This record gives sequence, structure tokens and C-alpha cells, in this order.
Amino acid sequence: MISKKTKFWGYRRENGRVGVRNHVIVLPVDDLSNAAAEAVAHNIKGVMALPHPYGRLQFGADLELHFRTLIGTGCNPNVAAVVVIGIEEGWTQRVVDGIAETGKPVIGFGIEGHGDHDTIMRASQAAKKFLQAASELHRVECPISTLWVSTKCGESDTTSGCGANPTVGNAFDKLYPLKTTLLFGETSEITGGEKLLEARCRTPKVWRDFMFMFNRYQEMINRHKTSDLSESQPTKGNIAGGLTTIEEKALGNIQKIGRKCIIDGVLDKAETPTGPGLWFMDSSSAAAEMVTLCAAAGFVVHFFPTGQGNVIGNPILPVIKICANPRTVRLMSEHIDVDTSGLLRRELTMDEAGDALLDCMLRTANGRLTSAEALGHREFVLTRLYESA
Amino acid sequence: MIHFVVHEKGDGVGVVVVEGCRKGLRALGWIMEPDSTVKIELRDDIPIGHKVALRDFKVGDTVIKYGVDIGRVVAPIRKGEHLHVHNVKTKRW
Repeated sequence: MISKKTKFWGYRRENGRVGVRNHVIVLPVDDLSNAAAEAVAHNIKGVMALPHPYGRLQFGADLELHFRTLIGTGCNPNVAAVVVIGIEEGWTQRVVDGIAETGKPVIGFGIEGHGDHDTIMRASQAAKKFLQAASELHRVECPISTLWVSTKCGESDTTSGCGANPTVGNAFDKLYPLKTTLLFGETSEITGGEKLLEARCRTPKVWRDFMFMFNRYQEMINRHKTSDLSESQPTKGNIAGGLTTIEEKALGNIQKIGRKCIIDGVLDKAETPTGPGLWFMDSSSAAAEMVTLCAAAGFVVHFFPTGQGNVIGNPILPVIKICANPRTVRLMSEHIDVDTSGLLRRELTMDEAGDALLDCMLRTANGRLTSAEALGHREFVLTRLYESA
Repeated sequence: MIHFVVHEKGDGVGVVVVEGCRKGLRALGWIMEPDSTVKIELRDDIPIGHKVALRDFKVGDTVIKYGVDIGRVVAPIRKGEHLHVHNVKTKRW
């Protein structure tokens, strides 16, 4: 199905990274700028606004994460060009400067002193130019090693652990030797399976880095918890699907990293990997938060196994849904890209399921829209670490 | 026809993978590793995705799935019964 000679059709960006989409985005720095950003996207057809509720009075590590996520989103190679709009010019310019390091077209507008009308007019003029320039870019043949693939599962049930997640694991085991860049995370959803990861870490330092992130997350949960977290971890949907404890959920989750790939490094939230291999990123297990962080870290295709039927998408990162639950596949077929329910009837081998996912991945990379894209799922959710000042 | 799957030989639970598994059914299970089968009579109706106990458990026992500890038993469970949040809890948090 896939080898070192495998190629796909992608957009090669100014910094050498390869994208599989060609979005021109309007990125608000803060909640106040959403209206202007959405007006620009309304004026210029084919430009996409990414509204979100944050960006005011944040400070310290929480503010750093905010900037890292916005800048990372703009830097993602699935994005051709960016119009940044903020309430004032200082933080707007900080986001513009971060994105400009990629060499891609980017421009910023501050609203104060101008008002929405004038800002929308000038930003629309810039967005139109960016969009027309992006529409002349062409896909070129790129080696498989330039592909960055992330994974996170959601509304999991027991069929995730038997079917959909090991399908991702099988695909990761096949992608890893091809020098691709791979990512997993969901720190709280390793709980009960953390010891199994020790043998998968490249070096003792990687294991120590992982345990630092793991313990940091456990301490946060212990500080705030009021119960054993049943209804949140596992979720009500997980429990309805048959998952009983966080340990059971975690063991299913870990199936996504296959049996052979080695964890080469550990990243903080929205950090970008520095080389090929499998990376662990400290992250929330909430679907939209985690996938938004994957996009901000630079990943261009996402594998999302589900059991009960999570419907998530992302504005810039194509999300491929894999499901092995025959009832979900029947009742929610419009959301499922790869049906692996045959695994549980012994009609499909894990090797065949992994190949079916890789086939879908290549078609998606070449331009085929995922179900989430076709359905307009554009969940863009920034992770917050604590209250605003 | 497979009614439930078991990740590893030695696991104490199987996962029902078809709809409509009723009490009294002589259910056929597929043990994925090593590849083999097992039969068990269901003592409860068990929804798709939910677990069946493959042995008797008493309070305080540990439940094994994937060959690993997934929690503690908080109410007695008989072989063939539905094993879920009413009789098993996390050992964490």
C-alpha cells in the first residue's frame, strides 16, 4: 500500500513544509475582532474566518500558549496566506511577525482608531489579493516523508480499542519507517497505561519528559476534582458505549500508536516537532482542543477514530474519521470516512484496515474532502490554562 | 457469528460487538491473541460495546483487559453477567 517511493500531491510552502490544503484565513487575535474577521470572510468568497472567544487580559504561560496556538495555526502549511485582525496593533503585530517567519503572505490590522468599517474594508482588499494569489498555486508531487499526521480519538467506546484505534496503530506502524512526522497526545487518557509507554520511549530522557507532562496533568486533575471524574473521564458517551473506567479507556487510546513505532520526543501544547518520528504532545483530551493544538503544531492530516460518533472537524486540518462500531456506522454514516466494523466480524484483517486508512489518507492529502470538511465542521477551540487577569 | 471479542487470553472480560445479545444466549467469543474462540451463556441482556464477565468476581477483585488492570470490583459479578460502572470502578482519581 505504501513505501518510501509513495508520493502525494501537496502545496510546497515558502519554508519547505508541505500542505494538503490551500486556505486563506482571517485570524482574529481576540474575541472583539471576530465580527470584523467574519465580515471579511463574508466579503471575499473562499476566505475563511477562524472566530474564537479568547485573547484579552491573558498573561504568563496562558498568554504564551494563546500566541503559540494562533501563530502555529497561521504557520500551518495547509494555510497559504493570513489576514490577522486584533483590537489593537501591538499583539496583532506579534502574531503577524510569528507567521511571517514562514515567508508566507501575512498582514495585520488593528481596529482601535479605525473602527470596524474601515478595518473591514482594508482587510478585505488584502484578503482578496491573497486569495487570488493562492488560487494560482499548484499542487506538486511530494515524497511521503514530507507528510505530518496527527491522531486523537473521541467519543470512544470499547469498539475503539478493538477496532478503530488499532487501525490507526497499524497505519502509524507503516508510516513511521517512511520518516514521516507523527503525533499523539491526550495526557489524561494515558492514565492506567503510562507504564506501557516506558518501553516505547526512544531514550530514558524521553520517558522522563513524558512523565513530567503526565504528572503535571495528574496534579492539575487532583487539585480540581470533586469526584472520580466519571461523566467526564470517561465521558457520559464513553460510558453509554460500554467503557467503564479511565484505565480501560486509556488502554484503548494507546492502541493508536501501534506496536512498533518509538516515541522520539515530547512536546508542550502547540509546540512544533523538530524532526521526523513519533511525538507525544501534552494536551487536553477534549476533541476540538486537541485537534486545534495538532493544527497549531503544524500537522496537515488527522486520524480521528470514534466509537459512539464524535462529529468534530477543524478549519484547516482535514480530520479523517475511522469507526468500527457497526451501529454508529449505520446511524451516522455521513460522518465516517473509513468503516472498519468488518474487523469485529473477522471479515477484515488489521493489515487490511490499516491499508484502507492509508488509502483514505493519500486521497485526502491529494485533495479529496473529508466528511467533516464536506459537512462544514470547523471547530477551532483554544486551550486555556487559567483565568484572565 | 462472533458475539463478543476478548483482547487477550487471560482477560476477565469480553466486549459484545453485535446488537441484540439477550440473556440466555450461548454467545461465541473471539479471543484475538492468541487467535481462538470461547463460548459463554449470557446472564443479562448486554448492549453492543458493553462487557460480559468471563469469570466470577468478588468485591475487591481486579478486572483485567488487554492483559492490564482496568479497575476494581465493587459489587459481586457472576460469569456471563454485564460488567460495567454499577459493579466496577477506577483505581485512580
